[in-house]
Amino acid sequence: MPCKNCSINPVIQLTNSNIKLCKSCFIRYFEKKAFKTIHQFNLIDKKDEIEVAISGGKDSLSVLNLLNKLAEKRMDIKLTAILIDEGIKGYRNETIKDAKKFCKNHNIKLNIYSFKEEFGFTLDEMKNKLKARPCSVCGVFRRYLINKKARELKVNKIATGHNLDDEAQAVLMNQFKNNIQVSARLGPLTGIKRNPKFIPRIKPFYLLTEKEVMTYAFLNRLTGKYIECPYESESFRCDVRDFLNDFEQKYPGTKHSIISSFLEILPLLKTKYESSKIKTCKSCSEPTSSEICTACEIRKKLKNVNYSALKYRASFS
Amino acid sequence: MPKLKIYLERENKNKSVIADNIQEALKKLNINPTTVIVTKNNELVTIDSKLSSKDKIRIIPVISGG
Repeated sequence: MPCKNCSINPVIQLTNSNIKLCKSCFIRYFEKKAFKTIHQFNLIDKKDEIEVAISGGKDSLSVLNLLNKLAEKRMDIKLTAILIDEGIKGYRNETIKDAKKFCKNHNIKLNIYSFKEEFGFTLDEMKNKLKARPCSVCGVFRRYLINKKARELKVNKIATGHNLDDEAQAVLMNQFKNNIQVSARLGPLTGIKRNPKFIPRIKPFYLLTEKEVMTYAFLNRLTGKYIECPYESESFRCDVRDFLNDFEQKYPGTKHSIISSFLEILPLLKTKYESSKIKTCKSCSEPTSSEICTACEIRKKLKNVNYSALKYRASFS
Repeated sequence: MPKLKIYLERENKNKSVIADNIQEALKKLNINPTTVIVTKNNELVTIDSKLSSKDKIRIIPVISGG
């Protein structure tokens, strides 16, 4: 069956429908849906200065590509990119090359910060020291740095490449772990009222599936060589993602249903949980829900591990 | 049915499969179609695309690397 609009060979069949689209019709569909999401949830205002958090992977380069197209049309918005180098040997250094190449070709300023420079250790080193799941440590430090650096760079929005699959996984993960208050911080636009130190985050691909984003990235030549994070299989998210994909295959439309119903209850969750007081971390002055933020708790553990190791080595000298 | 040589990008290896179309090939390889995109002779195609033994097939995962 050819493309619904122009009888050319199709590149994708849309989820939950029999509609097939060719390359140019799909790119038009994709960008229209992302721009509609931006409009529907009021993600971008006049004179916004947006920091796009990129990794060099297909999701983040696609969102940067899309917002760059928007910035070319709307001269009132400004874009910069930020990349966090966690220090994962054989992985991040490859995607950094793709990120640098894209930003250079499109004349976008790219700011790179690393765990090593900011926290003293690479993620590989932290994993060995803490004997903890690297994904949770990585997530805490990445969010911490992206928000802190956004303030320092004086931008007023952070854009990420999170897609419908990512959000559906997060909703389920929070349900499975009884972390419903964390779900109150999800949605296409987050961090508006909670604290002035939190820079609002926007997700223009909120209603687009991972497969659609990958198709868009492939057609726009935004995909490099496939490289998998060595810690990927150690994450809880990975199990939820596989479970959800199996369910989607058996019952098409499952992911869309999760997000549609979540958007219905999200205002209630925000009303219930967003009034909870945000404190200032006593150690680093960043916003937190407890006395000391999680990033500082991890840093404290890293220091203690170092101290214990020194004491242990000293006992043999 | 044609015998196909399929390149799996995630595993970085080739596999031989006997199938008429991509949907059938994915089923035999035990790959969920929602988790991949497929190219035939370097062009992106849908899973009902017919195949011949001369076609170059590449299966690319849609999940992020991490």
